[in-house]
Amino acid sequence: MTVLVVIEHDRGTLAAAALEALTFGRMLADAIDTELHAVTIGANADGLATGLGEFGATTVHQAHHEHLEDFGPDAWADSVATLITASAPHAVIASGTDRGNEVLAQIAARLDAPFVANVLPSDLKAVADRNAPWEFTRVRWGGSLHERVTLRADVKLLTLALHGVEPERAGTPGPATPRPFEPVLEERSAITIVRDRVEREAGVTLATAAVVVGGGRGVGSAEGFAPLEDLAGLLGGVVGCSRAVTNNGWRNHTDQVGQTGTRIGADVYFACGISGAIQHWVGASGAKCIIAINTDAGANIVTKADYAVIGDLHEVVPAIAEEIRRRKT
Amino acid sequence: MRVLVCIKRVPAPGARINLTADGLAVDTTNLGFTMSPHEECALEAGLALVEAHGGSVTALTVGPPEAEEQLRYAASLGVANVALVPTNGSDWDPQQTARAVTSAARQLEATADAPFDLIIFGNESADSGGFQVGVRVARALDRPMITGAKALAVDADTASIRREIDGTQEVYEIPLPAVVGVKEGINLPRYPTMKGRLASRKAGVDAITTNAEAGGQAMVALVSPPEVPSHLVVLGEGATAAPAVVDVLDELGLL
Ligand SMILES: Cc1cc2nc3c(=O)[nH]c(=O)nc-3n(C[C@H](O)[C@H](O)[C@H](O)COP(=O)(O)OP(=O)(O)OC[C@H]3O[C@@H](n4cnc5c(N)ncnc54)[C@H](O)[C@@H]3O)c2cc1C
Ligand SMILES: Nc1ncnc2c1ncn2[C@@H]1O[C@H](COP(=O)(O)O)[C@@H](O)[C@H]1O
Repeated sequence: MTVLVVIEHDRGTLAAAALEALTFGRMLADAIDTELHAVTIGANADGLATGLGEFGATTVHQAHHEHLEDFGPDAWADSVATLITASAPHAVIASGTDRGNEVLAQIAARLDAPFVANVLPSDLKAVADRNAPWEFTRVRWGGSLHERVTLRADVKLLTLALHGVEPERAGTPGPATPRPFEPVLEERSAITIVRDRVEREAGVTLATAAVVVGGGRGVGSAEGFAPLEDLAGLLGGVVGCSRAVTNNGWRNHTDQVGQTGTRIGADVYFACGISGAIQHWVGASGAKCIIAINTDAGANIVTKADYAVIGDLHEVVPAIAEEIRRRKT
Repeated sequence: MRVLVCIKRVPAPGARINLTADGLAVDTTNLGFTMSPHEECALEAGLALVEAHGGSVTALTVGPPEAEEQLRYAASLGVANVALVPTNGSDWDPQQTARAVTSAARQLEATADAPFDLIIFGNESADSGGFQVGVRVARALDRPMITGAKALAVDADTASIRREIDGTQEVYEIPLPAVVGVKEGINLPRYPTMKGRLASRKAGVDAITTNAEAGGQAMVALVSPPEVPSHLVVLGEGATAAPAVVDVLDELGLL
């Protein structure tokens, strides 16, 4: 009996969220007093085993198959399903990323079993008795709302909400035993393997930028973003926007901050002419400092921000840029 | 080509989400209703495909009778057929929802005596965000499924799908009939025309009954996340506040 964590990686490069899921898996394994196992899929991920031992995995199952050189949701799900059939783990955990949620959904569909996406570690009730339900908290609305749920299933299938726990090394790490196996892949699983890849050029992205200058409906037009571009450029940051802006066609959706856009983690987020609807807020709230610029002192974003300037962004934003230039010379 | 698009009626909260006294639902007093932006893009993707290749789009929802509003919205955009699997108003778990969608899709295909070439889902529903209904339906119908699509093209018998994972773009090619989940950004959804709006009032809504059983995940209660305490400092009004803003940036070491 084990807790099994599916380790997300891309052609052997560990995904940042994988160690969060492994740490969460260890919390669950400790709670029900069982062993923590991990599974890596594809021979190109064999090298990850040592590092996973440091996070408490005692065994790392290594799926080897000619169809596992690149990601494929069905091939990955088949690989994990092979292990489930062989070892009946108590729970299978993955990270709440696009791939993690997709693979667990595929496994759940194969088993016709429930799958709970984006669980939080708080107030978790896991029990070793397979017939008893587990109870825990998961996120809804991209994080704006939480939900207590019960899960009844022979094998509990869960993903951990992104950044739900900080990765933490095991107190007594030991070497993980690698255990290669050949999964049973359905013939049709080869259909959904990545056919081609285009790597994006390196550079500051909205998700990783230290400074994001966000504009909303208050900016008024596509051209109205020029002063925001200027300010972002001065601070080595990027421009973001609200959905009102993308819906008006003023900016590309790649700039959208929020529930159906990007979650930012900037040191500073300028929210200019943005009202602060919750679906925007869940994308912005990861910023360490929020400066709202709004004509309405009662706007939701103003009340939630760290700092605010009440006024017309078309005057305030250029004035900030000018002041930065003055101090830099 | 025949396209089915699955949409879900959800409330459209603004500044905050309020809960009912029993904590089992979102208090929708004074709220409008909508669907996920991903699903608006799913509708747009379906309409664009049939404009290019001929055929028709059907929109399907599992929801309360009021979800007719979202179906009529779909009709106002140009969707030819709309179908509702009525619930008693409570939110069904992901397995039950998937079973209902699967059964409804089968019934619609049997009536037309032709499969849907493509079934389009949103990447995740706006409210529950289970990330699974489309995958389950695809599996039950024995069709290939790729989710998270940021580009979709159909050529003869193949759907080409592009999606973004941590900065890498992945390309998939899957044979039709297929299932795809799309993300906002794949297109810019159209708005209804006045003519479309008028026509949608007369659109007939097909009621479909299924005997979908509940699954193993059950809601106990909804909980509001802890409120962030306010630390607001108002730096001033208008352009005169600029030096105070730059002082803050300086303190944070960003200059
Ligand atoms: C399921 C779902 C998902 C969603 N996902 C997202 C998402 O990912 N991201 C997102 O942003 N939204 C999202 N939304 C939409 C969201 O609910 C809001 O509609 C949207 O964020 C509003 O954008 P806004 O703040 O720019 O516009 P508004 O709400 O119209 O606010 C404009 C603000 O600008 C201020 N203003 C006007 N003129 C000026 C001026 N000259 N100077 C300074 N201030 C000015 C006004 O006081 C006001 O506060 C989603 C909605 C749903 C239902
Ligand atoms: N009640 C529903 N009726 C119709 N389609 C739904 C329903 N719930 C979910 N879907 C579809 O399945 C997708 C994924 O939903 P979910 O698994 O809840 O995240 C949604 O974007 C919709 O396209």
